[in-house]
Amino acid sequence: MATETATTLRPPVPSPVRPGQKDPLFVRCLLIGAAMTVITLLILVPVIQVFTEAFSRGVPNYLSNVLGDRETLHAIGMTLVVAGWAVLANVIFGLAASWAIAHFHFRGRTLLLSLIDLPFTVSPVVAGLALVLLFGAHGYFGPWLIDHGVHILFAMPGLILATSFVTFPFIARELIPLMESLGPDEELAAVSLGASGWQTFWLVTIPNIRWGLLYGVILCTARAVGEFGAVNVITGRIAGQTDTLPLRVERLFQDSNMSGSFAVASVLTLLAVVSLVIKTYIERKKL
Amino acid sequence: MPAVNAKVLPGFRLSLGYTMFYLSAIVLIPLGAVYARGVSLSWDEFWTIVSTPRAMAAYRLTFSASLLAAFLDALLGLLVAWVLVRYEFPGRRFFDALVDLPLALPTAVAGLVYASLYAPHGWFGQILVPRGIEGAYSRLGVVLVLTFTGFPFVVRTVQPVLASLDPEAEEAAATLGANRWHTFLRVILPQLWPALLTGLALSFARALGEYGSVVFVSGNIQFQTEIAPVLIVDQLESHSYAEASALALVLLVLSFVMLAVINFLERWRSGRGN
Repeated sequence: MATETATTLRPPVPSPVRPGQKDPLFVRCLLIGAAMTVITLLILVPVIQVFTEAFSRGVPNYLSNVLGDRETLHAIGMTLVVAGWAVLANVIFGLAASWAIAHFHFRGRTLLLSLIDLPFTVSPVVAGLALVLLFGAHGYFGPWLIDHGVHILFAMPGLILATSFVTFPFIARELIPLMESLGPDEELAAVSLGASGWQTFWLVTIPNIRWGLLYGVILCTARAVGEFGAVNVITGRIAGQTDTLPLRVERLFQDSNMSGSFAVASVLTLLAVVSLVIKTYIERKKL
Repeated sequence: MPAVNAKVLPGFRLSLGYTMFYLSAIVLIPLGAVYARGVSLSWDEFWTIVSTPRAMAAYRLTFSASLLAAFLDALLGLLVAWVLVRYEFPGRRFFDALVDLPLALPTAVAGLVYASLYAPHGWFGQILVPRGIEGAYSRLGVVLVLTFTGFPFVVRTVQPVLASLDPEAEEAAATLGANRWHTFLRVILPQLWPALLTGLALSFARALGEYGSVVFVSGNIQFQTEIAPVLIVDQLESHSYAEASALALVLLVLSFVMLAVINFLERWRSGRGN
C-alpha cells in the first residue's frame, strides 16, 4: 500500500543540481516561458482579478460590502464555527487512525486505508444528498429526530457533518505516513520506562508529529472554509440563516451584486493565500 | 494477522474503535443511505431515471469534460513540473507555491472568477469572444475550470519522481549518441508514466464530482452545459429523492472505480521503487 496519495501532495526537496541547466538556452527559455504563461493565465490572473473586481468601486465600498453587511458578517461567523468543529473532529480522527494504522498490523488495514481516501473521490453533492436521505423530513432518521426536536439539516450540525465528510482524509492522510516513517520505537521506549499510554501520546507522539499535524490542519481548514457543494445541498438555500462564506458568494452572484460577491470572494481568496504561505513555511521547517 | 505491538503499546482497541466509529458515522452510513435508496428502486425504475436524454447528456458532459481537463492537466502539469524541477529562474519558488492554490482556493471563488474572466467583457473574454471562443457559460468553460481545480495533482505527483531520477541514465544515453529529445522520450518519459497516470487519475476523479466551480461558469443549461452533480441538486430541490439517489448512485459507483484505479496505480508506482 503506497502512502503517498491525493491529500499528501507537496513539492519535493529541491535538489542542489539542476541537470536541465545543460539544455540549450533557447529550449530552456521556451519551456520556462511556456510554464510561466500556463501558471499565470490559469492561476495568477484569476487571483488578481478577484481583488481587482472586489476593489473596483473603491475601498469604502469594499469595506461596506464586507463589514457593513450583516448577512456577510453572520456568514463569516458561521464559516469559522463550522470549519472549526469539522477540523477538530478530523484532528481527533486523524490521531486515532494514525495511531491504530501506523503502530499495529491487523486484518483489513489496507481496506481501511482505502476507505479513508473514499471521500476524496466522492462528489460533495453526493455527500450532501446522503445527509438529506438520512436526516431529511422523509429520511431514514429524520422523522424521529425532528419529533424529538433535533434539527440536523438546515442547521449547524448538518453543515459540520457535510464539511467533516469532504475534509475527512486530509489530516489522517498526512499523519499515517509520517507516523509509519517515524516507527513505534520511541513510544515503545517510553512505555517500557513506565509511561502510561496517554503520557506517551502527549509527551512523545504529539511533539514528534507536530509539524505534520499542523500541515494537515492547514490543508483541512482551507478546504473546510471553502466547501460549497455539500453545504449547498444541506442548507436548502434558506436566506440569511445558514449561509457560509462560499454560499454567500453564490447568493450575491445570483442577486447580480457582483462587487459584493467579489468582496466576499476576496476574503476567501485572502484566506487561501495565507494558508498557502503558512503551508510553504511549514514545508521549509519540516525539511 | 495479530496485532504486532498490541501487547506492549496500549491504545489499539481505543484508537481502532474510534476510527471505525467515526468512519462509519461520517462516511459509511451516509453513503450506505444513498446506496440503499438507489437499490430500493427496481431495475426498470432505476434505468428509466438514469437513461433519460437529460441525464445521459449530463453524464456525457461530466465524463468528457473531466477527461479532457485531466489530459490538459497531464500535459500542462508535465511541462510545469519539468521546468520547476530542472531549471533555475527568477521567481521559481513563487510559481512553485502558486501551483497549490487551486487546492486552497474555494471552488465557488474559482467558478466566480472564471465566469467573469471569460465573459464577453472580461479580461480574457474581450479578446476571445469576438473570435468566437466562448469561455463562459459554455462547455469550454466547464473544461477550463475543471483544468484549474485539477491542476496541482499532476504537477505534485510528477515533481518528486522527476527530481529523484538518476542523472547517470541520461548521461549514458547522451554518451551513446542520443539527442535530448530522444533521451526524453526513451529514458525519462518511461520512468514518469506511473506518476503521470496517477496524477491524471487524481485530477479526473476530482473533476467527476466537482460542483462548486462549474455551477458558476457553465450556465447550467439542460442538454448543453448541465453536469451530473448539478442535475442531482436540481432533482433534490424539486424533492425527487428517488431520482436524485439513482443519479447519485451512478456517480458513487464511478467514485469506487476511480478509487480502485488510483490504488492500483500507486501500488504499481511503489512496486517500481518510486
